[in-house]
Amino acid sequence: MTFTDYGFYVLCGTAIVLLATQAVLDPRTFFQVLDFGIADGAIYALVALGYTMVYGIIELINFAHGDIFTLSAVIGSAILGFFTVSENTFSLTEFVTLLLVFPVVMLMIGGINVTIERVAYRPLRNAPRLAPLITAIGMSFIVEGVMYLWHGSAIIHFPDLLPHGPGFQTYIGGVFFTFKDIFVIVAAVILVSLLAVFINASKLGKAMRATAQDRDAAQLMGIDINRTISATFFIGAVLAAAGGIIYGLYFNNLDYHLGFSVGLIAFTAAVFGGIGNIPGAALGGLLIGLVKAFSDNYVGSRWTHIIVFSILIAVLVFRPTGLLGMRVPEK
Amino acid sequence: MSNRVAAPPRSLFARLRLRERIRDRDTAIYGLLLLVALVFPAISLYTSDGSTYLIAVAGHAGTYVLLAIGLNVVVGFAGLLDLGYAAFFAIGAYTYALFASQQLLASPIHHAYHFPFWLMMFVGLIIAASAGAILGFPTLRLRGDYLAIVTLGFGEIVPQVFQNFDQWTGGINAIGGIDQPTLPAWVTGPWAGADSISIVAPFSFSFDPIAYYVLIFILVSVAIVLVNNLQRSRLGRAWMAIREDEVAAAAMGINTVTTKLLAFGIGASFSGFAGAYYGASFGLVSPDDFLFIVSITVLVMIVLGGMGSIPGVIVGAITVYFILNWFLPLLPPAVQSLASSIGLGSLNARSGDWPGLGNETQNVTLLLFGLILVSMMLVRPQGLFPSRVREQELKHATGQEDEAAIEQAHA
Amino acid sequence: MTDNLDDNILVLNNVTKRFGGLVAVDDVSLSIKRGEIFALIGPNGAGKTTLFNNVTGLFKPTSGHVILNGKDITGSKPHEVARLGIARTFQNIRLFDYMTCLDNVRVGRHVRMHSKLWDGLFKLPAERREEARVTEEAMELLRFVGIARQAHQYARNLPYGQQRRLEIARALATEPKLLLLDEPAAGFTPQEKVELMALVRKILDRGVTVWLIEHDMKVVMGISERIVVLDHGEKIAEGPPEEVRTDPRVIEAYLGKSA
Ligand SMILES: Nc1ncnc2c1ncn2[C@@H]1O[C@H](COP(=O)(O)OP(=O)(O)OP(=O)(O)O)[C@@H](O)[C@H]1O
Ligand SMILES: [Mg+2]
Repeated sequence: MTFTDYGFYVLCGTAIVLLATQAVLDPRTFFQVLDFGIADGAIYALVALGYTMVYGIIELINFAHGDIFTLSAVIGSAILGFFTVSENTFSLTEFVTLLLVFPVVMLMIGGINVTIERVAYRPLRNAPRLAPLITAIGMSFIVEGVMYLWHGSAIIHFPDLLPHGPGFQTYIGGVFFTFKDIFVIVAAVILVSLLAVFINASKLGKAMRATAQDRDAAQLMGIDINRTISATFFIGAVLAAAGGIIYGLYFNNLDYHLGFSVGLIAFTAAVFGGIGNIPGAALGGLLIGLVKAFSDNYVGSRWTHIIVFSILIAVLVFRPTGLLGMRVPEK
Repeated sequence: MSNRVAAPPRSLFARLRLRERIRDRDTAIYGLLLLVALVFPAISLYTSDGSTYLIAVAGHAGTYVLLAIGLNVVVGFAGLLDLGYAAFFAIGAYTYALFASQQLLASPIHHAYHFPFWLMMFVGLIIAASAGAILGFPTLRLRGDYLAIVTLGFGEIVPQVFQNFDQWTGGINAIGGIDQPTLPAWVTGPWAGADSISIVAPFSFSFDPIAYYVLIFILVSVAIVLVNNLQRSRLGRAWMAIREDEVAAAAMGINTVTTKLLAFGIGASFSGFAGAYYGASFGLVSPDDFLFIVSITVLVMIVLGGMGSIPGVIVGAITVYFILNWFLPLLPPAVQSLASSIGLGSLNARSGDWPGLGNETQNVTLLLFGLILVSMMLVRPQGLFPSRVREQELKHATGQEDEAAIEQAHA
Repeated sequence: MTDNLDDNILVLNNVTKRFGGLVAVDDVSLSIKRGEIFALIGPNGAGKTTLFNNVTGLFKPTSGHVILNGKDITGSKPHEVARLGIARTFQNIRLFDYMTCLDNVRVGRHVRMHSKLWDGLFKLPAERREEARVTEEAMELLRFVGIARQAHQYARNLPYGQQRRLEIARALATEPKLLLLDEPAAGFTPQEKVELMALVRKILDRGVTVWLIEHDMKVVMGISERIVVLDHGEKIAEGPPEEVRTDPRVIEAYLGKSA
């Protein structure tokens, strides 16, 4: 065990002891916060996956990804505006519109993200490394700009469609659970499992892994690199879109600039888990959600930002490639 | 060559090697910048009826030029991606603001300090550099983009810390009433609204844009000279070697950790220095002035200008600043008057869903800035004036000259 | 050890390097005499480059010792090793692509220069003198390897053969006592190989000991006095070229391969 490993375990140990103390002293609050943190973290995980997949395959920090997430919530709420849905009763109409809105928005956002890659990143594939980073920043402004043009800086309401109210919440051991919490967590678990199956079993998934590992070799083996990269952007966006709608259904309010902060945190989560590593992103998202929730509750929300990023730096110092990242040997 | 007639030997013109120098792209850009910097105040005073507004804007642009020159050392020379550069800017600005205002009177130490600007500029520099070293020491061994994330995190932490320790910094209420630099003497004249040219002594900058313009002009000029020196020194070559291939650089005897630390520290010190200037020239420092978007803006400036090329990043900084603070804000009124003049004035009025052409143009600026960024990058992926253009020139040059000539040029 | 310390510039004692379960270098001991051309051969993946990496500080040996001029340098950092007098080239050429040839070589001089931050920042007279001297020395080295005409071209624009020469010039700029060349003649035409052999002898004449990895037995036989053969990380033979060539274990290791 090296010094840095040691530091890493000390760090983890301290965190666990602190949290365990709280869990014993006030289990109700602890589990309440845990519940919220997991739900929040599930959304971050969905966004983090897109960051990590894109980074894994073309080593680009896709700054526009957070805004793609927001855009899907905005589009989702617009589509729901076409239907006469009720926020108070959950009937067949609401159920069907929900079933409809997910795939429609996911496909649309997937298409938009593939187009962004085509237009703004692909032409720069052999350009200096930072050129696509700048177009990604530009794309982030463009997507935010479109939403700003559409709604201005006003709060955008996302219909509160999920069943809520007295019939859909319960106390278990003094902890307050809502149907919404469960929905978010279950949806995220399903999506991440689907992704895992896809990446590991499908031909395209294998092509993606091969391309991420060594693009030139993959090309020599007959893999269509452009198609694989497009697929990566598509899937990343589909997950972000799902995340965006889930966010809307869960929190019900957003604005054009939301993707900036969510994106930053989700990207941090991806790094946390080991960028390029898919289970890592899911784990990272979850942990960041928990850290945020615990910090908001036990330390105070104005310290959360500092705590999240301090932990990020500490983790990287002690574990330079993130929690699940591989230690690539030097050639 | 038709020019066979012998020119008078060693005329001043020949000795300055003017023609040769102009052919060198960088020298030409520097010359042009110098010319513009000198002529600009006169022209803007003349064209705007003695208003110094544009000069003040140019002075603020100068802050960003300093930041770009500093970040270029880190990103362009040493190849380390820094996404939290504004943190050091904040540290410099707060260092000056805290020790050159009434702020600390209300703090737990109940005593206000008023150290002179000229001293605090260097204190800000040293503190920012130290912060860079402290951050860099444990993290510079991280590979590639992981370092970028650490800097990003640091950039997120620092302004929030200044905001949260409000007992000391006033938090979101900002620190105001920051001291202006003073000089024992200064020249005033018609350009500053005075009747005749005379000497003011002692002189306080007290938001005189022209004085600030002169100050930032000098600071930027000194910075250019120093960074150019560095680029052509042992250290500058070591940075570039690390940027090109870290393993090979280490195998050639370069201590990569200390060399990167120096790049980080020097970059940070520029930012700290610029921060002190910023605090003085605005007289107000708030945590919101140093958010992620500032780091991103400076990064955009240097990549757009041409990383690694000092004249390139200066032009990049000025261009982006100009787009953000002049072009985009002035666009709505310009579009409105254009519409009026071509008989579409009715569009300017608000009606129903239509917010009026001016407002709509305003709404579109964010989108427009994104479009400008993307298209500029697509058209010139290497930046406006990349340092690598010289590749072509060099290939040409060495093809014809013989070895002896090359050696002579470098003896 | 029975070897006289004064004769040996470099001694490896039982150097082993493991990557997880793979033993890339397995208990290798050898010694290199001052002023000789020493060759390391072996089939692909035998662990030759890994051994170089262990000597130059890129890897830390799992066990064993690297002794330079009687001093244990095991586990030193690459830049320390360079300062102590070992320079190297890389099998897959690692030049500073977007720097001129002259600058590549001047980077090699880095470790023998004295200018500090302040000297460079203010271009103090001592720094100017040092720069002028270093430029002179770098040009001399470019001339020595025969690419002075390309001094102002970017390294990446050189043809392959000249890139290999530039890498050698850059390594020589660190004033090594021992120069490690990793397959310097790979991909060369026979004519280029002959020229390279001449260059290596010239390097020896400058008082630099040379240790090279080479696949081409003609090159190896032509210039080296002693050879060590590695196979699966193990040293399987050592001696003068004629002896090694006929060693049955060596023949077996190379069986089916062009030697
Ligand atoms: N950093 C590393 N991590 C893991 N395994 C490695 C590493 N470097 C080398 N190896 C393995 O060690 C073994 C020896 O490799 P090495 O490159 O030293 O061989 P070599 O003798 O130089 O071969 P070649 O003639 O092909 O250059 C190989 O099996 C290689 O895969
Ligand atoms: Mg090898």
